[in-house]
Amino acid sequence: MPLAVSIQNLHKTYGGTMEALKGVDLSIVEGDFFALLGPNGAGKTTIISILTGLVVKTSGDVRVFGASLDTDSSRAKSYIGVVPQEFNFNIFEKVLDIVVNQAGYYGVPRAEALKRAEVVLQELGLWEKRAEMAQKLSGGMKRRLMIARALVHRPRLLILDEPTAGVDVELRRSMWDFLRTLNAEGTTIILTTHYLEEAEQLCRNVAVIHKGEIVANEPMETLLRHHGDKRLEDIFIELVQGDALTPGLSKASPLNQ
Amino acid sequence: MDSSRILIAYYTIVRKDVVRMLRLWKQTFLPSVTTTTLYFLVFGTFIGSQLTAIHGFSYIQFIVPGLVMMSIITNAYSNTSTALFMAKFQRNLDEMLVSPTPEWVIVLGYVTAGIVRGLIIGILVLLTSLFFTHLLVHNILVLFSALILTCVLFSLAGFLNAMFAESFDSIAIVPTFILTPLTYLGGVFYSIEQFPHVWQSVSLLNPILYMVNAFRYGFLGISDVNIGMAFVVLISLTILLLGMILWLFKKGAGLKR
Repeated sequence: MPLAVSIQNLHKTYGGTMEALKGVDLSIVEGDFFALLGPNGAGKTTIISILTGLVVKTSGDVRVFGASLDTDSSRAKSYIGVVPQEFNFNIFEKVLDIVVNQAGYYGVPRAEALKRAEVVLQELGLWEKRAEMAQKLSGGMKRRLMIARALVHRPRLLILDEPTAGVDVELRRSMWDFLRTLNAEGTTIILTTHYLEEAEQLCRNVAVIHKGEIVANEPMETLLRHHGDKRLEDIFIELVQGDALTPGLSKASPLNQ
Repeated sequence: MDSSRILIAYYTIVRKDVVRMLRLWKQTFLPSVTTTTLYFLVFGTFIGSQLTAIHGFSYIQFIVPGLVMMSIITNAYSNTSTALFMAKFQRNLDEMLVSPTPEWVIVLGYVTAGIVRGLIIGILVLLTSLFFTHLLVHNILVLFSALILTCVLFSLAGFLNAMFAESFDSIAIVPTFILTPLTYLGGVFYSIEQFPHVWQSVSLLNPILYMVNAFRYGFLGISDVNIGMAFVVLISLTILLLGMILWLFKKGAGLKR
């Protein structure tokens, strides 16, 4: 299976002293629904930000569908759509403009961008709000707008950084269905979330990062089985507490071989 | 990213900012027109009518090019500094940074929008000046070159300011404490020939003097400095700033983490 993401020996040090990533190795196959889990400050967002070009890595090799971030960053970025943790659109812009402009940054002609924007906004139930300023949307609508914006250039890899934070149960379930459909249609998805039930429900493979290091990297089923069919939440707590880490667990991952 | 996609991304950045400045015309265009109208009225008509001619031109004819240049400098600068800082502050700059749009296209897009605002303001202030005096054009090529180069230079300077600005204060400090004094001391209201020799030499260290005089030469055919030298200063500073910005952007300074 070709790799969607290949990360080797990735290091990031902030301000010369704060080592956020300590030699991360991670491989994500094309078509995967992959969970990247970890406590706050573990390094999840740093990995995502490096992948998307918002953070400059200190060292290591990062490839997206074979395109290197060092030598072919433009191609690497063109494959990615990202839904960040925090709302980061211009709240004074109209919903349609936000989506259409995003397509423009990826080189999609305006006429085509308008058609695509209509499709994604319809799919996410925001078409009726297209002429509204973003600041007038509810929290759930803002989340969906960020997904629409990330999808308008039809990325092969969708990265979702805590996409359902602060979203009510009903909307969360409908977002899950939407993401499952998207993944079934061939989009590789990386999900970070603090709702471990969400990762368990959606993801086939999982990596747990703790203090800048990958402490587990397994198919979800294997991870659950290795820990005696405990709940993912209990396994996660064991892993990030460190002393309960099963030696060699991450090395055992078929994704790292 | 191929050239047609780069062109679409560039157009998207420019279009977005031009739409913004036109939508906010009461904040972007009206203040400069109002202020220069007062300058024309007070300095040009009331006080100027009592002053002797400078290089054979009435005082108001003498100050019109300088006042136009003053408005262009302020507007080109504040357009890029405000637009980029707001995009940084709201984090919607990430929309561009995660896209495959090359860094130089982002810079070019913001600078082009700064040029558009500078040109619109220049035309509006010139039209306003027609209510107070008649305009002469000595050399349209010099006039237009000085106008465009000044817009480019100060758009770049605004971009650099916003790259490092951490707060709204940071983008207000430079125009208030550096640009405005340099502009007032840059020969807008006087010829440096009226100064003692020492102060003439000190004035020659002020880059804005060269811009004002090149522009004035385009209108009236008079200048306190050599026109060739004025363009050398303008072009050198433009190349220096552009090089600095592209280098810093590549390293992620101020915009990436």
